[in-house]
Amino acid sequence: MLGLDAYHLSLITAVGISVGVALSLNLITGFCGQISLGHAAFYGTGAYCAALLTKAGVPFALGLASGALLAAVLGVVVGLASLRVRHDFLAITTMGVGFLFIGVVRQQDVLGGELGVSAIPDPGLGKAGFALLCVGFAAAVSAFSVYVKRSWMGFVFDAVASDEDTARVLGIDVPRYKLAAFALGTALAGLGGGLYAHNVKFIAPDSFGFVESITILAMVVIGGIGSVGGVVLAAVVLSLLPQWFQFIDDYKLLLYGGLLFAVMRFSPGGLAGATRAVLARMRGA
Amino acid sequence: MLFLELFLQGLVQGSIYALIAIGLTLVYGLLRVLHVAHAGLFTLGGYLGVLVTNASGSLALAMLVAIAVVGSLGMAIYRLCYQPLLEKPPFVALIASIGLFIAMEELYRLIFGPYGMSYVQPPLQDVIVFAGLSLKLAELTTMAIALAAVVGLALLAGRTRLGLAWRASVTVPQMAASFGIDIVRIRYLNFFIASGLAAVAGVMVALLNNLVEPTMGSVPSYKALAIIVLGGLGNVRGTLLAALALGVIESYGTIYLGQLLDRDAIAFAFLIAVLMVRPQGLFGKR
Repeated sequence: MLGLDAYHLSLITAVGISVGVALSLNLITGFCGQISLGHAAFYGTGAYCAALLTKAGVPFALGLASGALLAAVLGVVVGLASLRVRHDFLAITTMGVGFLFIGVVRQQDVLGGELGVSAIPDPGLGKAGFALLCVGFAAAVSAFSVYVKRSWMGFVFDAVASDEDTARVLGIDVPRYKLAAFALGTALAGLGGGLYAHNVKFIAPDSFGFVESITILAMVVIGGIGSVGGVVLAAVVLSLLPQWFQFIDDYKLLLYGGLLFAVMRFSPGGLAGATRAVLARMRGA
Repeated sequence: MLFLELFLQGLVQGSIYALIAIGLTLVYGLLRVLHVAHAGLFTLGGYLGVLVTNASGSLALAMLVAIAVVGSLGMAIYRLCYQPLLEKPPFVALIASIGLFIAMEELYRLIFGPYGMSYVQPPLQDVIVFAGLSLKLAELTTMAIALAAVVGLALLAGRTRLGLAWRASVTVPQMAASFGIDIVRIRYLNFFIASGLAAVAGVMVALLNNLVEPTMGSVPSYKALAIIVLGGLGNVRGTLLAALALGVIESYGTIYLGQLLDRDAIAFAFLIAVLMVRPQGLFGKR
């Protein structure tokens, strides 16, 4: 594709998956205001489901779709929890779901246990084809996000995010929209997980732990919660940064942590919020 | 006998959880902030414990240094991180705190190295045998400290003017301020006590495992969040009970549920089960 070498193709693949997955969390946390600290669990569900299915001989596309479906089923279950608990309680519950996922996968020999699943079959698209597929995934999720944001559903998500009780009083079926946000977001995360599994060909529980959840959340938060453009930009930059600066790899987590803290402390609206503030000031001056 | 031994070990672990979680719940009670970085302070306490004990030979001195340094750092975190964010939506402080925690862990790894440190001559290693049950002196001390901390806090809150001001600031901050209570001072004190308790927990965990490592705070930090939610967020007594209960449940669970779940997931399975039935936590009020 475009005469790129294998290294660049693998970068593009990784970035495409990151963008898609970050936007999938943005649907839940950004649009609908439901904080999730366990998004990697859904990403991981998709990865495990797709990987085990294609290893068993199921076609690649069907494996991906099943992974997305299973992640969505799990997502709706966690979404049901979001109807019971809110805010801080929801944050802790979703974090718990993440730890529970890892805890269960680790102990199941069927799922590869500690050792994970290896030798995941190649989907047979070639490196360029696969990279193209992942970029397509990112583009499709972006387009879908913009579409949702402009739709009636996006409007309702916004209402639920800013004031759930008022939305309820206005006759909006809040539970249904929350569940819809969870179902959509987790299905897309599951799809991203399936792509990830077939990209790296090896998955283990540690790939889907709390750090991964926070990494995804960092992309959303640093980009600007709810902003599609900001999240895409942050996902691209944050997944490329360690590659550009190989020497930074040892400091990668320090950088993530520091950035997360600094953005929340100085610009809680993320890149998008900061841009908006600068634009407003320029217009005002 | 195994049954009792497990129970006792559960109580030791539960005491550690309590020392960490009580600090968290104090912070939550006063500020409504989920203070994830608390576990970073716990880890620092562990490092200071090992470093000072190895240098001076005195565990008591190490404990005091750890409390003073970590307590002050806790106050600094309040001033630099939480105070400016109190007016923002709650997730802002939470995510900032997670970021801070990750950065702290990485700093420890870069400064102290990834492999951890141990006491050269670990103190309090004598084993006490009573009625067929054996317990290390360090384990006994841990339980005693947890008990003393809870009793001390109860006395401070219930019997002193300062405690009265503290309770007033927790329940009705505006009213307390209008009665001339210096809310900011109360908050600093709150962070000092909470962080000091985390430091003590760090020193004791370092002693129990004879190891400190950069990531020793990860699991306790998230577990402590589960515990304070179970205890009903901001409720000290509920937190103590939830911590002890979780210690004991884990102790049995590792033996009887080990095939199904790993140890660290038990806390969250318990948490999710409880929250679905009682969204306000085991001991919380609506």
